[in-house]
Amino acid sequence: MRRWEIWVGLLGLGMLVFGSYYGLMVAPREVYMGDVQRIMYVHVPTAWNTLLCFTASFVGAVGWLLTRSWKWDYLIESTIITGLVTGSLLAVQGAIWAKPTWGVWWTWDPRLTSVAVMVLSFLGILALRSFVDDPVKRATWSATATVLAWVNIPFVYLCVRWMASLHQTQSTPKTVDPAMVFPLRLNAFAVLFVVIFFVATGWRIAREQRKRELAE
Amino acid sequence: MPPAIAATEVGRRFAGRWALRGASFEVGEGHTVLVYGPNGAGKTTLLRVLASALEPTSGSVSLYGQPAISQRARIGLLSHADGHYDDLSGADNLRVASRLGRLAGDVEAALERVGLAQRAQDLVRTYSAGMRKRLAFARLLLKAPDLVLLDEPYAALDTEGQGLVDELLAELRARGATVMVSTHQVARVAPRCDGALVVENGRVSRSTVPGDGP
Amino acid sequence: MKEALQQCAAMIGKELSHLWRARARVAGTAAFALATLLLFSFAGGMNADLLRHNAAGYLWIGLLLASTLSLGESFRVETEHNALEMLLLLPVRPAAIFVGKAVGNLVVLLLVGLLMIPLCVVLFDAAPREGVGKLALTVLLGTASISAPGTMHAALASRARGRDLLLPLLLFPLVVPCVIAAVQASRACFTGDAMGELSSWLAVLVGFCVVHWSLGALLFERVVED
Repeated sequence: MRRWEIWVGLLGLGMLVFGSYYGLMVAPREVYMGDVQRIMYVHVPTAWNTLLCFTASFVGAVGWLLTRSWKWDYLIESTIITGLVTGSLLAVQGAIWAKPTWGVWWTWDPRLTSVAVMVLSFLGILALRSFVDDPVKRATWSATATVLAWVNIPFVYLCVRWMASLHQTQSTPKTVDPAMVFPLRLNAFAVLFVVIFFVATGWRIAREQRKRELAE
Repeated sequence: MPPAIAATEVGRRFAGRWALRGASFEVGEGHTVLVYGPNGAGKTTLLRVLASALEPTSGSVSLYGQPAISQRARIGLLSHADGHYDDLSGADNLRVASRLGRLAGDVEAALERVGLAQRAQDLVRTYSAGMRKRLAFARLLLKAPDLVLLDEPYAALDTEGQGLVDELLAELRARGATVMVSTHQVARVAPRCDGALVVENGRVSRSTVPGDGP
Repeated sequence: MKEALQQCAAMIGKELSHLWRARARVAGTAAFALATLLLFSFAGGMNADLLRHNAAGYLWIGLLLASTLSLGESFRVETEHNALEMLLLLPVRPAAIFVGKAVGNLVVLLLVGLLMIPLCVVLFDAAPREGVGKLALTVLLGTASISAPGTMHAALASRARGRDLLLPLLLFPLVVPCVIAAVQASRACFTGDAMGELSSWLAVLVGFCVVHWSLGALLFERVVED
């Protein structure tokens, strides 16, 4: 374990505690939704960072396909796993938000649905990685699948949104009170630091595994 | 003139195991080289890497002074997996290959040559292992490659078929093709060869190929 | 360029002639798809209105399930005796192999889809109000959208362990947008395009096709070269 990783992780954790306290206790109560809205202070940062993780996987995929340098494969592996964790948390948070707000655990909100599809896509890629023994093929095939999955995200979002707008009207809060911005922004960086901690750790694990696989 | 085959420190790894390591040798144009060694020594991997069917994990292969992959049109590989479509007839398999690869050879003549003319219209799934091998030879004849890599050409063939392989080897030699043959029938092939590579434990352990440095 | 196109044409010809020889399997895929339609009508609980409303969804889910069979089959043929390697060494460029396989898969799915339409009409009382032509166009674009990523992932799955599991796992999330668009477009065809949404959904399918056919032609080499 590297020292900087621990510090970044602890910093993120501390910020998350403080930001969440601020969001739960200090930030003003939302007028229409009440206290339920306060889940936003972890939900929105989680969403941003999930998208960031999978975008980093895409960068890693393109990097591998162009250069065949192993570091890109470590990036693909660690960001997919981290993205799957935050993405699953995101879906659960969405359900927790949905139940008191709309009375159902799941809504076909375009963002929530897109995340679910995205998580499934990358779960498939993780399965693919576990099904391929040869490290080079594993890296190349998962990079290819990652490119396809990432390019697909806007299509999913667009389709779900159009479908939703045509057949049901579900509004999601879009504007944020300036007084609520602080904890939101703080937590965004907090989750980012925690994610960096996980990605860095995953990176090292991936590197050790590749080293062992490629050992002579 | 660059050699037909120049392998430099060629290695190939499969899922953590090196099937072939540090193979370096040259084969001059028009030479026939025997490749032999025990089962699992890496002969098949060597031939497949040379044919650009497998990408080397390390090192490089150049054919006629060019990267191997750019010379695919000049390479003929006869491998264990014959590449036939079971649901097509023998003749249709050759026609498909001929059209896709823009091969110059005549399909009927090739079938006649390998003794499959009678069964040409039957589906390949009804063929015996030996007949499949003959069909693979027919495809090789259609392509008429400059560089021929034969992996166990005698396996599964009857006496007559083995005689056919002998004839083909002689023909290839006569028209100046470069040939590498991996086989256990050393005594049979050795008289037709200019040299030999011994493959053991994934390494080329000995080379008596003319012009190949020590 | 011209040579590349000729190779694509030759690959398509090879796929189609192979499909013709193995037409019994295509018929089997169609039978499978038709059977799913029958099963879906039990899921709908014999409610005529509900069945009519869901007809478009049943059509596409049935087609998608059938596609995993035909896609897997199309690469079983190539990997069984390593014909894929034979093609690469001929040499056929990987992009041409992709186009040939994807067009072959498209043709199978299109045939199955077109066969399913009359059964939808009969079973679910879903007469195509916007005309058969528009519905056929939807089926064409929808199956083209499935076949491009389907060909990529079938090629990939066929060469990994657990291929039968892997293909749907990789493919289903990927084709969510084209299933949505194809279902919405087909529903508009079946129940009448009151809101004028048909053309937008078809545009989505065209966009999906352009992206995934291009990516397939570009990346197929990475998937098939050893």
